[in-house]
Amino acid sequence: MRAIRVIGVGNPYRRDDGAGPAVIAGLRQRNLPSVELAECDGEPTRMIDLWSGADLAVVVDAVRSGAPPGTIHRRSLQHPGLGRVAGATSHAVDLGDAVALAAALDRLPTRMLLYLIEAGDTSAGVGLTPTVAAAVAELIEEIAEEVTWQATR
Amino acid sequence: MSHRNDRALTVGSLTRVEGEGAMHVRVVDGRVSDVRLQIYEPPRFFEGFLRRRGYTEPPDITARICGICPVAYQMSACLAIEDACGVRVDGPIADLRRLLYCGEWISSHALHIFLLHAPDFLGYPSVVELARDHRAIVERGLAIKKAGNAILETVGGRAIHPVNVRVGGFYRVPTRAEIAGLAAPVREALDAAIATVAWVAGFRFPDFEHDHELLALVEPGRYAVLDGALCTDRGLAFPVRSFEEHILEEQVPHSTALHASLAGRGRYLTGPLARYALSRAWLLPEAREAAEAAGLEPVCRNPFRSIVVRAVELVQALAEAIRLIDAYRPFTPAAVPVPARPAVGYGATEAPRGTLFHRYEIDENGSIVSARIVPPTSQNQAAIEDDLRRFVQDRLDLDDHRLTHECEQAIRNYDPCISCATHFLDLTVERT
Repeated sequence: MRAIRVIGVGNPYRRDDGAGPAVIAGLRQRNLPSVELAECDGEPTRMIDLWSGADLAVVVDAVRSGAPPGTIHRRSLQHPGLGRVAGATSHAVDLGDAVALAAALDRLPTRMLLYLIEAGDTSAGVGLTPTVAAAVAELIEEIAEEVTWQATR
Repeated sequence: MSHRNDRALTVGSLTRVEGEGAMHVRVVDGRVSDVRLQIYEPPRFFEGFLRRRGYTEPPDITARICGICPVAYQMSACLAIEDACGVRVDGPIADLRRLLYCGEWISSHALHIFLLHAPDFLGYPSVVELARDHRAIVERGLAIKKAGNAILETVGGRAIHPVNVRVGGFYRVPTRAEIAGLAAPVREALDAAIATVAWVAGFRFPDFEHDHELLALVEPGRYAVLDGALCTDRGLAFPVRSFEEHILEEQVPHSTALHASLAGRGRYLTGPLARYALSRAWLLPEAREAAEAAGLEPVCRNPFRSIVVRAVELVQALAEAIRLIDAYRPFTPAAVPVPARPAVGYGATEAPRGTLFHRYEIDENGSIVSARIVPPTSQNQAAIEDDLRRFVQDRLDLDDHRLTHECEQAIRNYDPCISCATHFLDLTVERT
């Protein structure tokens, strides 16, 4: 059995920053067999604990790269040979640091898929903006299909 | 450079601190004329939106102020509301609260020591480069932190923003087996923490001392966390309910965080250095022995050595957690009744970064009339700015790049939580 984990990163109380947890909530309703789902605030040691030992880790996070809100960036990180990844967090260490730290400690999953949703509004409050909510709905379908296929390989 | 008349050092976005902030230092004719720790996160109005909420809601609402120290917010909130309602919670509920709080200290201190602060002393830009050269050390830090997270998850329901805390106690009491499961990782983490004290004590520290008045909760007989009176190293002592008579907050133009001072006395410092100075006598033997072996003086006034004090507190929290785990027996009820009554209540606890004060006024329907929250980082702002002023003044011969880097280090000594204070950091040094 392949260990597959999907990790939604973000803060649902900062509107579109909650995109990652919203994807996890959607996937939870699918009752996907043999897939572990987790929400995380992005704190790197927790991220590393969540993905280490996994054959496949899928990480969903909100970003601000300047692309139009709702844009989905898809990245595949094959260990080793990782590039820098910029997250939307304002915290002490971000997703890029978590990936780099895990690489230095040899605690990356065998394979990592990153889905980064461009945020529009990250002000205080709950609820996603409509364009980000649409991107979340699209990603729930896409990730459910991906992990179901990966689990049967 | 060093001989220019006008010099400005700026860090636009401070790294390895929690939240968003900046630093601006101006030097005119060889004197530091202005130091501003700029906190530009928007104010979050928590005190405003607690108004008219139910009196049982603050532990869950205020936990959201910080992802690093939610337990501190929950505990100060519970104590303040219970104080208003005339209920004192002790016995096994208080012990379980203390175990949960130990989990937060362990997790927060391990994060700061290994991931945020140690790279400064070893010449690495971040923990990533540190991990490439010293993998075992960083793994040690992660294992300690994980033990703290395990306590938070088991007692608090989950590691971030625990959900098992309520006014009067807990929603669910963990089973004996659940708590016993924490013993092995916590014991291993204690050994790792004792080794950590020796490791950080061997760092090279800049020669620098502060003279801030030190303020912390003091509970004779044990290292204060959840109880006690507020005391300073200069003899001031007052109960938690008199906090607002002794601590004044004022707005400063450059920051969205309020600056605090002791009435008639001025700036002060709260946090590990203050706690250690005031409560060292009540450290558990494991922590006291580690401090002595590391050569830590009874009062440490070098903020750069706060990493050693933090490591001693890590030992303290782990040693205490082991005692609480070994003594744990499930109990009922999980919470004591706390009926609402119209009154004002006060609560203060020792968050990892220092004293966290809450005050709530409740009406006869149990609705919150007013709320006040004073987090440690805003209390420490004046002290941090004073340190920077003196620190820069003595190091004006350094070039801007080096000086700026050392200033950032000086700020990280205090493990500032800008997210909490916003009510943090980019550095600007202007030299005229």
